[in-house]
Amino acid sequence: MASLQVSVVAADREVWSGAAKQVVARTTVGEIGLLAGHEPVLGILASGQVRITTPEGEVVTANAEDGFLSLQNDVVTIVAGEAELV
Amino acid sequence: MGAQLRVYRQKIRSAQTTKKITRAMELIAASRIQKALQRVQASAPYARAVTRAVSAVATYSNVQHVLTTEPERIERAAIVVFASDRGLAGAFNANVMREAEELSTLLREQGKDVVYYLVGRRAVGYFAFRKRASERAWVGDTDSPTFETAREIGDEVVAKFVQPTSEGGVDEIHIVYNRFVSMITQQPEVVRILPLEIVEGVEEPGEHVALPLYEFEPDADEVLDALLPVYIQSRIFNAMLQSAASKHAATQKAMKSASDNADTLIRDYTRLANNARQAEITQQISEIVGGADALSS
Repeated sequence: MASLQVSVVAADREVWSGAAKQVVARTTVGEIGLLAGHEPVLGILASGQVRITTPEGEVVTANAEDGFLSLQNDVVTIVAGEAELV
Repeated sequence: MGAQLRVYRQKIRSAQTTKKITRAMELIAASRIQKALQRVQASAPYARAVTRAVSAVATYSNVQHVLTTEPERIERAAIVVFASDRGLAGAFNANVMREAEELSTLLREQGKDVVYYLVGRRAVGYFAFRKRASERAWVGDTDSPTFETAREIGDEVVAKFVQPTSEGGVDEIHIVYNRFVSMITQQPEVVRILPLEIVEGVEEPGEHVALPLYEFEPDADEVLDALLPVYIQSRIFNAMLQSAASKHAATQKAMKSASDNADTLIRDYTRLANNARQAEITQQISEIVGGADALSS
């Protein structure tokens, strides 16, 4: 199965990057789940965590408050001024 | 020991101690440049992501946003000056202040009021000495800037920009900072950050992949609303990081030439001191010989 390329980026560094089969994030209008092949999205993140499921089934959670998320061609970028892994 | 000789020895000692200090500062600055450059590089993914997102929204939605609209009449302009907290960096601060002065003269000629935002203790000192007012100043965070400060500055200028001119708002915002070109060159730069000009494809001229049609969440307007201030913050953060790297490079250069000058001084004074010592010995010999001659005759 195709997978997503995810990177979590903070203002001063790249916090995490790698492959994932699913990304779940909370935008200002509700939760959004992203799988490979999703149409391009640009969304504003609300407070809450972003859950990234790697192909091995591990779940990486990240705090990315007041940031945004963009997806295109199976490349997901989660951007926040201050982002960190939980 | 002769008086002259003692004076020279004192000067040599003083130059030697100064040299030790400047040498140490040079080494410290050299190690900090690397760190500062790494931070500039580490912030690149963020800047790239923000820029991409902004251009994506701007391309695919014809939204008029308050931050991108040129005001009809520009009455007041703000200049954000990025200097450093410490001196001993050669012309680093002088350059950026001169550039800011030139810009203000230009703006005043166009009939605009100019207000200042200062970053760095040196800029504050410059203004205090000339008894000039500034709107707000941030100090103590120029050596290794944090994103927190960049966000504060960004929020402040965006708030001022949105405020109507009659209530003390400003109509355009410029930033003046030193851009790090190389270890030996730091270029003062003037950039107008607000109102934003959307020029497509400036960031990545080599990349001609069309941006896909995005689905906006919640909608294009709100996404743009949230993104533009972030974009401003990231530009300001970048200016701060560039300025920090430039400051360390300028310090290293200034301290290197100070150490070299101390070397020259030490060499010159050592020559003079040797000269004085020999002259003293010659004088003593001739005194002794003269005395002996006087006694024997």
